[in-house]
Amino acid sequence: MSKYLLDKFLFTVDRDPELVERYRADPVGTVDWWETEMANRLLNCHSAERSTWLAFDDEERRALREHDHVALFGLGAHPFLTLTLFIAMFERDHGPLEYQRAYGAALQHLSLPYPDIAT
Amino acid sequence: MATVCAVIASTHHPFYLRASTATGGDRPPFADEWVEKILSFRETLTRARPDVLVMVGSDHFHQLWLDNMPQFLIGKAPTFDANWYNEEREFGLPRMTLAGQEDLAAHLLRTGLDADFDLAFSNELRIDHSITCPIITLRPDADLPIVPIYTNIFAPPLPQPRRFVALGRAIREMVESWPSDLRVAIIGTGHLSLELGGPRQFGPHGPDPDFDRKAVEWIATGDLNGCLREVTLDSLHAPGNATHGFMDFMLMMGAAGENVTADHVDTLDLFHTMEAYFTWYPKGSGL
Repeated sequence: MSKYLLDKFLFTVDRDPELVERYRADPVGTVDWWETEMANRLLNCHSAERSTWLAFDDEERRALREHDHVALFGLGAHPFLTLTLFIAMFERDHGPLEYQRAYGAALQHLSLPYPDIAT
Repeated sequence: MATVCAVIASTHHPFYLRASTATGGDRPPFADEWVEKILSFRETLTRARPDVLVMVGSDHFHQLWLDNMPQFLIGKAPTFDANWYNEEREFGLPRMTLAGQEDLAAHLLRTGLDADFDLAFSNELRIDHSITCPIITLRPDADLPIVPIYTNIFAPPLPQPRRFVALGRAIREMVESWPSDLRVAIIGTGHLSLELGGPRQFGPHGPDPDFDRKAVEWIATGDLNGCLREVTLDSLHAPGNATHGFMDFMLMMGAAGENVTADHVDTLDLFHTMEAYFTWYPKGSGL
């Protein structure tokens, strides 16, 4: 498993308006494309300088494909990255702060200590 | 040598701009009180007549990434662009630009390294709401040159609280040793109890009002001993999963001085996270 790779997905999608819309509309296709094209891209380097070793495991892939923020929290994805991206995708479907509260409510069964987010 | 004309510590609630500029039915009931408090707070900087602002904040996963994550970083550049697409998107924050003060930045880097802080630096830094929020509240004209200093409060492993305090102390001393006639305000923002992406987020108050009460007392009285006794990297998970940002307040306590009482203290109990505002006027400031 790779918390780093989950975080990298969330980070690179959240900062790109087109990817935000793609991930909202087509999470399965976007995750598959991203894992093939982007997972091994060193962000600050020329695209030819690819990494060789980064991949999701089945649980991570499923959580991302299904927009499952509860599973992502459990996997140790950085909660701030998950929250920011999911707000970007879904806030528009709800009233003011409604989505943020529902997002928190879905995590109510969790108590401290929260899953470790260290990468 | 330079004069530290004010030391200012604040929260950086990114909803201030929208709330304070909303009209009619969109204007939240707490907006007027919030604006009043901010205007008083702003005045504490205005009367200090600063020439330069040292701004301590933390990049919220905007420019700095896990493939190269600095613990403490100083921006040395003639210009800083500000605010990011996801901040425009979520908070309506506008794009801005601020001038840099490269001479002071170079001085802080050189003397910081010599004081055994292995500081990172950036010559091209886009700054985020941890720095632009206090610009919006305290100096909305954005007319003064800045030296941005970023601290890592998001991506574990983090430095210990005592290291934040030590850096704050060092920043204060290094600014005071800068060969210049200018007046420098040291401004830093951090978090009180705060939960982001977790079960206790976006509540009617911050997740831990008891922690907030204690924290405000520590900061207002400069009680570094009391604070360091109770605050650890482990303990900061309990008040809310984003409460490690409180270490930036501890950094500012280091800059303000041990057991030095703040000259201005104000708080606002808001949804999601408490706002808190503190200003100290050092002896040499003339205030």
